[in-house]
Amino acid sequence: MPTVVQDDTKIWQRRDRKRQLTVWAGWFFGTFIFVYCFKLISDKTTWFFVTDAGRQAADLGSRMMPPEWGYMNDLWRPLWDTINIATLGTLIAIVIAVPVAFLAARNTTPSIAFVRPIALLIIVSSRSINSLIWALLLVAIVGPGVFAGIIAIGLRSIGFVAKLLYEAIEEIDEKQVEAITATGASGPQRLSFGIVPQILPAFAGITVFRWDINIRESTVLGLVGAGGIGLELNAKIMELGWSSVSVILLAILATVVVSEWVSAKVRHAII
Amino acid sequence: MTDASAPLGRRTWKRPPLIANPMLRWALVVGAAAYLAVALGTTEVNWGRVWEGLPRGKKFLLAFAPPDFASRWDAILDGILESLWMTAVSTVIGILLSVPIALGAARNIAPLPVYYFCRAIIAGSRSFQEVILAIFFVKLFGFGPFAGVVTLSVATIGFFAKLLAEDIEDMDPTQAEAVRATGGGWFQWLNYAIQPQVLPRFIGLSLYRLDINFRESAIVGIVGGGGIGATLNTAFDRYEFDSAAAILIIIIAIVMCVEYTSGYVRKWVQ
Amino acid sequence: MLRLDGLVKQYPTGDLALKGVDLDVPKGQVMALIGPSGAGKSTLIRCVNRLVEPSSGHVFLGGQEITGIGKGALRRARRRMGMIFQEYALVERLSVMENVLSGRLGYVSFWRSYFRKFPQSDIDEAFRLLERVGLDHMVDKRADELSGGQRQRVGICRALIQDPQLLLVDEPTASLDPKTSRQIMRLICELCAERDLAAVINIHDVMLAQMFAQRIVGLRLGEIVYDGPPDGLTPDVLTEIYGEEDWEATIQKDEDGEEGEPDDHHDDAERPDERMAGLT
Repeated sequence: MPTVVQDDTKIWQRRDRKRQLTVWAGWFFGTFIFVYCFKLISDKTTWFFVTDAGRQAADLGSRMMPPEWGYMNDLWRPLWDTINIATLGTLIAIVIAVPVAFLAARNTTPSIAFVRPIALLIIVSSRSINSLIWALLLVAIVGPGVFAGIIAIGLRSIGFVAKLLYEAIEEIDEKQVEAITATGASGPQRLSFGIVPQILPAFAGITVFRWDINIRESTVLGLVGAGGIGLELNAKIMELGWSSVSVILLAILATVVVSEWVSAKVRHAII
Repeated sequence: MTDASAPLGRRTWKRPPLIANPMLRWALVVGAAAYLAVALGTTEVNWGRVWEGLPRGKKFLLAFAPPDFASRWDAILDGILESLWMTAVSTVIGILLSVPIALGAARNIAPLPVYYFCRAIIAGSRSFQEVILAIFFVKLFGFGPFAGVVTLSVATIGFFAKLLAEDIEDMDPTQAEAVRATGGGWFQWLNYAIQPQVLPRFIGLSLYRLDINFRESAIVGIVGGGGIGATLNTAFDRYEFDSAAAILIIIIAIVMCVEYTSGYVRKWVQ
Repeated sequence: MLRLDGLVKQYPTGDLALKGVDLDVPKGQVMALIGPSGAGKSTLIRCVNRLVEPSSGHVFLGGQEITGIGKGALRRARRRMGMIFQEYALVERLSVMENVLSGRLGYVSFWRSYFRKFPQSDIDEAFRLLERVGLDHMVDKRADELSGGQRQRVGICRALIQDPQLLLVDEPTASLDPKTSRQIMRLICELCAERDLAAVINIHDVMLAQMFAQRIVGLRLGEIVYDGPPDGLTPDVLTEIYGEEDWEATIQKDEDGEEGEPDDHHDDAERPDERMAGLT
């Protein structure tokens, strides 16, 4: 009881005693973990470098300015590759993610006990591993290049698209499907008339959203050799060409802003 | 389309097209086809190299049965623990920094100059992928987990402050008005009107970001930012697929745990 | 036309929704199924076309047994039973025409239906039906742009284009206002009379049931407790079906109710019943 009667006075407290103690214990425990973790990290840190960071930053800034604009001419091709990695990777992901989503959704899976867990495992494996790690793996397997990047983006996006899509499938209005069933429709017809129209807007939104994220991710795949503008970035950082690096960063920034704008426009048009 | 003037029983019907304007429709179709053709045409794939790589791919898949946890166990354990610490610290710091920025970036409670300033911070930290940020922070702060923590904290701001600000903008203005009408101060107003409305979502977002930060902590190591990424990178470089498989399995397992727990906590909060 | 023989439905939770129902509905009869919530009305209707699988007992449609037939045969049997739903159950994001044509899904192949290449005869029939219910000007509107009464008319068209022998109607008026409810019930009954269709109408509004049905069946806790003409519904019978309550008012109101209710202005006001009844 938050209200306690004591000497004829009602004392109100926000929480009762037990709850209050739990909350305090939670805060104490949380703070303890934070401080402990911070100490472990601080032990591994050379604090001299950290205190020196301001000077470093000023130094770096002066080297990056002014950007070497002429370098932009060498960047069109890597930028084009970057966009292709994102777009083609997204397309591959869609092709695989759609069936996986239908296998994972409770209401469309052929078997809850057997098929659904496999589909969920595919989704969680794909989602847990960052596209850069997929790229590391693929560069080791199929060699450096755009192809590894496309597949890496594709593999990472399967889980994302499939997860959001299967959640959308599970949220559909079952009555509409029941009505289609009652007309004597077959399984595939039930899918195309009862379920697909209901999830189509969600599907389009998810796809464009993921494409936008993929543009951002594909800018760094080159750091591990998987093609795109990241290759240039890596090369210029290695040879300390900082005035070129700033051009690359501005190019990435512009691409990301444009892709975000496109994605927002398209999603707006769908809804 | 329907043609009302046609005699009864002879009317035809076609599904109305998704895009009404035929010019635009065809332009989109042709444009998409042209893009695909050019994109596929200019993508340079060394199929010989890919073909050569297939046996390695098979080797990688086989490495999962069984993965090799033992031979690099010390390095793996070290990396995973470091990733976990980095996740915890960066999530807390990131969220602490996000809250004032989110308040400033909510149009309905912040004055215009503050709003633009805070939105600029958010846009800045969102524009670059974590790894690009990590490269620069490693440059500034030296190798090791500190650079990683700074990277993840900055990335957290872009994510957390943006979503929290949108949530504050969506809240019910009448409640805020009612509390303001009692004559309380600004902080009291925050505490009584804003906080209760956004708290459940705040907790949900924090857990979600914790999950993301763990996954990202696995990659900042690739450029020297501490965590499991460095170990993983070495494993791939040396083609030690069985150790790599072990690391991937641990990452997947931890992500599943975090996701399961956060789903449970979110249900409990609401 | 429809015969139920000892129909039992027990849900996995253990609830016994139907306790051995026997029922015979002849051709052309409009039968109202009344009873309190949870009496098993909805289960009964869904057991007929096996949207809900009966636990035991038999369902016969025009002499053919529905229970126990295989998947393909069930699909063909479902074509002969049109179903109308409580909340219309239209596919919201499809157009009116696509919703009506979806009633033909049991007759056309998947690819034909996927590319919306329905036979011209189906399209003609769809136009005729939409005209009959007064919606032929809304063919390409999306279903979610329609009002409740309009949606239910599309639902009726979808059921009728199946060319059924039996209509299964599940609470057709539960989401409609009183005036639209009557229009919809009248429309269903007229269409049944035109096509000599049998109908099982599941309805919770006793007044409407008495007004439009030729026969009333009262269901209580999965058992039939009344089966007879509408005017046989005495207060005692209603107490038997629904439990203790003052029923005089309900019955009284109904006797002078048919034409007496004042016309309020609703979305359908511009299309009076006469027009709908006049066109064929």
